[in-house]
Amino acid sequence: MNHRAVRAIYLFEMARTWRTLLQSIVSPVVSTSLYFVVFGAAIGSRISQVEGVSYGTFIVPGLIMLSVLTQSIANASFGIYFPKFTGTIYEILSAPISYFEIVLGYVGAAATKSIILGLIILATAGLFVPLHIHHPVWMLAFLVLTAVTFSLFGFIIGIWADGFEKLQMIPMLVVTPLTFLGGSFYSIDMLPPTWRTVALLNPVVYLISGFRWSFYEIADVSMSVSVGMTLAFLVICLVVIWWIFRTGYRLKN
Amino acid sequence: MSSIISVANLSKTYGSGFKALKNVNLDIRRGEIFALLGPNGAGKTTLISIICGIANPSEGQVLVGGENIQNSYRKARSLIGLVPQELHTDAFESVWATVSFSRGLFGKPKNPGHIEKVLKDLSLWDKKDNKIITLSGGMKRRVMIAKALSHEPQILFLDEPTAGVDVELRKGMWEVVRTLQQSGVTIILTTHYIEEAEEMADRIGIINKGEIVLIEDKASLMQKLGKKRLTLHLQGKLDALPESLSHYELELCDNGATLVYDYDTKGERTGITSLLSDLRNANIRFNDLDTTQSSLEDIFVDLVRTP
Repeated sequence: MNHRAVRAIYLFEMARTWRTLLQSIVSPVVSTSLYFVVFGAAIGSRISQVEGVSYGTFIVPGLIMLSVLTQSIANASFGIYFPKFTGTIYEILSAPISYFEIVLGYVGAAATKSIILGLIILATAGLFVPLHIHHPVWMLAFLVLTAVTFSLFGFIIGIWADGFEKLQMIPMLVVTPLTFLGGSFYSIDMLPPTWRTVALLNPVVYLISGFRWSFYEIADVSMSVSVGMTLAFLVICLVVIWWIFRTGYRLKN
Repeated sequence: MSSIISVANLSKTYGSGFKALKNVNLDIRRGEIFALLGPNGAGKTTLISIICGIANPSEGQVLVGGENIQNSYRKARSLIGLVPQELHTDAFESVWATVSFSRGLFGKPKNPGHIEKVLKDLSLWDKKDNKIITLSGGMKRRVMIAKALSHEPQILFLDEPTAGVDVELRKGMWEVVRTLQQSGVTIILTTHYIEEAEEMADRIGIINKGEIVLIEDKASLMQKLGKKRLTLHLQGKLDALPESLSHYELELCDNGATLVYDYDTKGERTGITSLLSDLRNANIRFNDLDTTQSSLEDIFVDLVRTP
């Protein structure tokens, strides 16, 4: 294994984060804080408790997931798309490095950034609402699993995209709506039965439900189903990436 | 001299059906400077891309240092440094960071001393902390060479290294290339500047329409294919050539003031003696004469024009 190459890619990507600190970390934290102000304080004060938890506290896991999902995709897709756009991908392709090592470097850095971000948002949330995490190990495991899975998904988008428009298309048109409709701000049990069934087709429901369970032991679906669905998505992403490198899709002529 | 790169029966057909390379066979000798010439779209960059792992071959085999580029890609690629044609750089990185990154990518341990030497050799040391975006085109080109040399490769591919570079800088780069060769690096150079190949190369390969047209030592190529031109500056202008000189294929230039005769140096007879004799018989006098050797550029143009 060319661990020095993995380290080089990882540190290169992390250096980009520190260089663009405002955009990478500060901006999502500010946005999330605004969600707390609007949904938690302004609207939340008029909503009664959800399954025994105050509304402001209830939305914390959903808000963290919202940022982790979108940032994982954005970090990983941009990380691999930018060298394609500038042409510096030639160096990665001509280096003595395996496909697995390339993915490890880019996805590892993207996932690290979103995990750090998720934890910062968690700490920020603690300033607005009282928090108690029932299963901190599960919470961390879910955070890592989600960050890695969606960084892999972002990596696929970055390879697939042949323009900045496409790079934004999936996150904006698919992921963000799915996250908002995936129970970030409500329990899907609050929906009418038909819409609840429809919501169960949304994979993000399982992520948020599982993550919320690790905080408050309340969930829309069972924890095992949440973990199973996330792992299934992880495997699908891995298979697609394996196929991309095997065929050279949008990487090699 | 042993081969450091061996290309056998290499073909490349793109998805569109375009055949970029057709059964290419090529051996690069260890320690030489090999210039690959060819017009635009001839297949030069495709050939380099396949050897370096950027493009997949359709057929054939490439060995680099005896290692197959597909089965033993780690060993093969670790021997190669590539400077691509386009100026692909990480605009917001510093020179030091980007060159160090390249070394790490090739699995080499940190060696600030080596990076310092490379940057000094390429006159980039005083720019080491500058962001690449602030550098001139010529400096960016040198940064790309520094990146390619960061992992101490045995083979260096320079794809159009002096494209868009001014004359002074170009000559500076030639010096760098010569120094590299003296340190034992094998250099493969593609260029549009024939004078560059003529100046630098030990051997020359010409590729046209995806096929290797010729591979030859530069000196013997110049000798073998070189033509000479005799130019006679006449005492008086001629309106037309007399019939007695028609079989020489002479050309009357400068409104009849000069007479040009092309001859083949490898031929048994150059025809100069009889031409001068026939000129005297036709009472055509000249003040001066000179001869010029045809350049590699003339040879190149002749070869790629041949159907």
